[in-house]
Amino acid sequence: MLLAAPEAEGEGFHAPSIADFFPPAIFFEGTPFQIDRVWIIRILAALVLCTVFVIAANRAKVVPGRFQGAIEWILDFVRVQIAEEILGKEHARRFLPMLTTIFLAILAFNLTGIITGLNLAGTSRIGLPIVLALWVFVTYWYVGIKKHGLGGYLKANLFPPGIPAPIYLIVTPIEILQILVIRPASLAIRLMANMVAGHIMLVLCFAATHFFLLEAAPALKAFGILTLGAGFAFTAFELLVAALQAYIFALLAAVYISLSLEDEH
Amino acid sequence: MVALSGAAGIVAAQTEEEHSGIELLLPAAYDLVWSAVILAIIAVVFYKVVLPKIQVVLDERTALIEGGIEKAAEAQSAADAALAEQQRLLAEARAEAAQVREEAREEGKAIVADLRVKANEEAARITETANRQIEAERQAASVSLRAEVGSLATELASKIVGESLQDSARQSRVVDRFLDELEASQGIVTAGTSKTGSVG
Repeated sequence: MLLAAPEAEGEGFHAPSIADFFPPAIFFEGTPFQIDRVWIIRILAALVLCTVFVIAANRAKVVPGRFQGAIEWILDFVRVQIAEEILGKEHARRFLPMLTTIFLAILAFNLTGIITGLNLAGTSRIGLPIVLALWVFVTYWYVGIKKHGLGGYLKANLFPPGIPAPIYLIVTPIEILQILVIRPASLAIRLMANMVAGHIMLVLCFAATHFFLLEAAPALKAFGILTLGAGFAFTAFELLVAALQAYIFALLAAVYISLSLEDEH
Repeated sequence: MVALSGAAGIVAAQTEEEHSGIELLLPAAYDLVWSAVILAIIAVVFYKVVLPKIQVVLDERTALIEGGIEKAAEAQSAADAALAEQQRLLAEARAEAAQVREEAREEGKAIVADLRVKANEEAARITETANRQIEAERQAASVSLRAEVGSLATELASKIVGESLQDSARQSRVVDRFLDELEASQGIVTAGTSKTGSVG
């Protein structure tokens, strides 16, 4: 009853919905090149990312300043914590550009979710995560086949040694699913779902704050403080999730590549 | 107003109905295409520009640090060599000083010995000279004594004898004969006389 009254007067309470992730097209509607708000956010994030790093690379000096120090810290994190940790030093150098690109691109697209004015993560629509996951998928297949040959790669992955023969009836189909579907799909869906959930939580908090403070009955205005606090907490949490998801994606990419590189036992 | 907002609500409901949950998982073609394009751009930028440039700088830094370490090691070894050289020189200098001291001591000893020899020689020479002088004086004294004793004895004899012995030739002959006799008979007395003369 309380909710119904203001709704009749004006905007009312805007609950977040899936439609947020499918905003109306701005250019080229209906074509494969359709541009909407998500796209503008992605292009912006990509531009900022590239600009920052190209500037850093062009100004790179042997004795780093603060800006270069920060950039190098990020690149070092990817190199040491992801590439060298998982792949070892000899392979790390080969896949470092890929892992760096994946980590930084995801981080940039994730962070748009908590930047005022953008408020939507570039990775919250499945297309981008799928393309990223396909890149990883193609890479670990290519690397595995190149190293062991197609037969060797499939044998090593589908018939893991040290298991009694009948168990292969169960293990092999699971492994097929694993290398064909589960790995790339889990990469893409984990990333997208995290970002969607984050966006919905944030919109819920801020929409509720807006409603409670400006439109609800005076008795309910105190709830606005609560939801604003929750919004603040979720923003901080989203910052963590943005970095964490980028890290997890890059880490798993490295893990899948290293599984393909592993010698047969 | 109410009608308009109602209509808007219906439109909103319809758009929401258009997007069912499964759509979150099913990519649209345009989504995939543009994602690939943007990722490709980012990847090209990072593969071709950012990472190589930063790698160059990092390699340069590594080279610099390695060079610095090498240089430091070089400086260290140079310092070590210099220290060893210095110690060697110091030891040499000490040895040389000791040798010089030893030589000086030897030389001093030699000089002292030399001087002692010279002094001895000088002393011997002086003694010799003195002896000679004494001998000469003794002879002179002996001669003058002989003359004086001669004249005195003559004078005395002439007084006693009363005979003038003014003739010098005779006088001298007499005296000489007297003395020769005296010397021949009393050689030891002559030595005693010369001794007494030198003392006198």
